[in-house]
Amino acid sequence: MSQYVLEVKDLKKYFPIRSGVFKRTIGHVRAVDGVSFDVKPGETLGIVGESGCGKSTTGRMIMRLTTPTDGKILIDGKDITHAKGAALRESRRHAQMVFQDPYASLNPKMSVGESIAEPLIVNKVLSRDDAFERAAQLLDTVGLRRTDITRFPHEFSGGQRQRIGIARALALNPKLIVADEAVSALDVSIQSQILNLLMDLKHEFNLAYLFISHNLAVVRHISDRVGVMYLGHMVENGPKSSLYADPLHPYTQALLSAAPEPRRVKRRERIILQGDVPSPANPPTGCPFHTRCPRAMDVCRSQMPKPVMVHPEHWVACHLHG
Amino acid sequence: MAEPLLAIRDLKTYFVSKHAEVRAVDGIDIDVQKGQIVCIVGESGCGKSMTSLSIMRLVPKPRGKIVNGEILFDGKDLLKLSDREMADMRGSEISMIFQEPMTALNPVLTIGTQISEILIRHRGMNKRQALDKAVEMLKFVGVPRANEIIHEFPHQLSGGLRQRVMIAMAMICEPKLLIADEPTTALDVTIQAQVLELMKKMRDETGTAIIMITHDLGVVADMADHVVVMYAGQVVESVDADTVFEQPKHPYTRALMDSIPSLEEDKDVLYSIPGTVPSAANFPKGCRFAERCPLAQPSCFEKAPELREVAPGHLVRCDLVS
Ligand SMILES: Nc1ncnc2c1ncn2[C@@H]1O[C@H](COP(=O)(O)OP(=O)(O)OP(=O)(O)O)[C@@H](O)[C@H]1O
Ligand SMILES: Nc1ncnc2c1ncn2[C@@H]1O[C@H](COP(=O)(O)OP(=O)(O)O)[C@@H](O)[C@H]1O
Ligand code: SF4
Ligand SMILES: [Mg+2]
Ligand SMILES: [Mg+2]
Repeated sequence: MSQYVLEVKDLKKYFPIRSGVFKRTIGHVRAVDGVSFDVKPGETLGIVGESGCGKSTTGRMIMRLTTPTDGKILIDGKDITHAKGAALRESRRHAQMVFQDPYASLNPKMSVGESIAEPLIVNKVLSRDDAFERAAQLLDTVGLRRTDITRFPHEFSGGQRQRIGIARALALNPKLIVADEAVSALDVSIQSQILNLLMDLKHEFNLAYLFISHNLAVVRHISDRVGVMYLGHMVENGPKSSLYADPLHPYTQALLSAAPEPRRVKRRERIILQGDVPSPANPPTGCPFHTRCPRAMDVCRSQMPKPVMVHPEHWVACHLHG
Repeated sequence: MAEPLLAIRDLKTYFVSKHAEVRAVDGIDIDVQKGQIVCIVGESGCGKSMTSLSIMRLVPKPRGKIVNGEILFDGKDLLKLSDREMADMRGSEISMIFQEPMTALNPVLTIGTQISEILIRHRGMNKRQALDKAVEMLKFVGVPRANEIIHEFPHQLSGGLRQRVMIAMAMICEPKLLIADEPTTALDVTIQAQVLELMKKMRDETGTAIIMITHDLGVVADMADHVVVMYAGQVVESVDADTVFEQPKHPYTRALMDSIPSLEEDKDVLYSIPGTVPSAANFPKGCRFAERCPLAQPSCFEKAPELREVAPGHLVRCDLVS
């Protein structure tokens, strides 16, 4: 067994921009532009950042739903960056994904039992009967009724559908679950039910999560470590206690100060960033944040800052540090 | 207190079909004072949007119908106005902004044309005057390159810019009341912070009262003077914003507060409200929250509680609260 369930090294994904009759490539969207991190068994790494910063693309590359342009992905010590066939199926047993919209990720024509049992049958892990028995057990595990097995997705509420999606992800006993905005579409009362479920499952099965979300409070609650992404780069990564108490990157600071907290007491001074995130098709030179950074210096416009370890296991890529 | 700007009295808005009667809004009372920001919070489907569409008299026809109540605006009952009189109100005395600005903006008209049409219609300006005023307003709401943007189309703008354009359109006639239905839900936190700041500035400068609909208690804490909590088509608690955060009284409000993770403090387990919201086509006869309420007594399932004043200005719909 490897020290890490997941290692990501300098991962990149450039989507071609095509134009004209001959669909010639006229440029690239640098959705993910050199991201590195790792996740230990049983650990939750939260990934935060604004829409379009490359969170989902990172998750999809790890699941090999999209092919990386460059870099490396190791799952349980095995390089799966270019794995095919049996090797890819093997990696999918170790890593599973839960999506934002459980309705879109479940086949509406399949019963709940068929949806959950499918990965077990396709991967020839269990016979059909045993797979359905396991599906019934899993429904129990995620807080639904065993008798729900014959019902269809449209008969369930959003929160219940998310439970079905989680049951399906658990079917193959994975070591890692990539959860992409898994609670973002849910009302707070249902969101807390699902967060509690995910945390219980983590302890029960020693699961690791890559928990992608734009909600900083939710990420703080569920994560052990947190990585902050901006415009295809990871700009800061650290243990949650250290990162939330002492955010080092000006972007992390702005993000934390902008997130509304449900309390009336005055918090730290709010930093209101000017302007919009630049387009990843035409990213700025130097530090990707310099066009909006309230503390940008000359060097920021020309040189990309390198990651520097400032606190134990807490690094930042910003010229103000190092 | 002075005569409220808006007084909603026992408003009922139902969707009626052969098979069912969906009681979307089921007897609500809300007061809005001049210049006040009132936030309406509650879970998906509790009737927030239908309340705001009822005020605008834009309830989807033919199934949606206001079946009871009064909506007194400046002392006049909006429900008694002719269609013509109501159309004159909209955009002039009362304006609305939506979660997804693309639904409210006309995709084939330039930004400048859309804003100036409002001024031509309601303020009798000529085209030149209206365009000048549009540019001035766009500058005021922080739209960069306002002189160029008036010639552009909605799809050419980012989400944050579109929402600013919506606010400019809604505020151009300095309405007495602005209704904002989830105006920042689709935006990133750093952009949300910009838009919320702008709305507060608008209120401070023009004295416009705002009804802000949201499911985010963080936004409520940031914006509200007064808070109305809705559950299953009814108001369950109504009080000033400091009190709702410091001493919430309704078991539902309290459960909601305990269900949300915090940015600043560690919560071991989140409270989770069991079950789901009852269907608006089939409300239980007793308290609508009883089935999910941690404090419910047998009597709660029998008798529906009334909204009562439990302390000066503090209304709660629960018979167990003293
Ligand atoms: N066109 C419609 N036909 C029938 N029922 C409807 C229609 N629109 C809304 N409803 C019902 O009316 C109730 C209130 O809906 P409303 O849109 O006001 O909820 P909301 O509080 O704004 O929710 P959300 O937070 O999801 O926007 C719900 O039960 C909904 O299903
Ligand atoms: N299939 C695709 N083709 C082209 N561009 C894409 C594709 N998927 C994502 N992108 C672009 O890549 C960037 C990152 O997207 P995404 O990973 O979805 O961000 P996030 O999940 O952080 O919101 C965005 O600019 C997005 O428009
Ligand atoms: S490197 Fe410079 S521009 Fe980038 S975040 Fe740090 S100070 Fe700001
Ligand atoms: Mg995404
Ligand atoms: Mg709504």
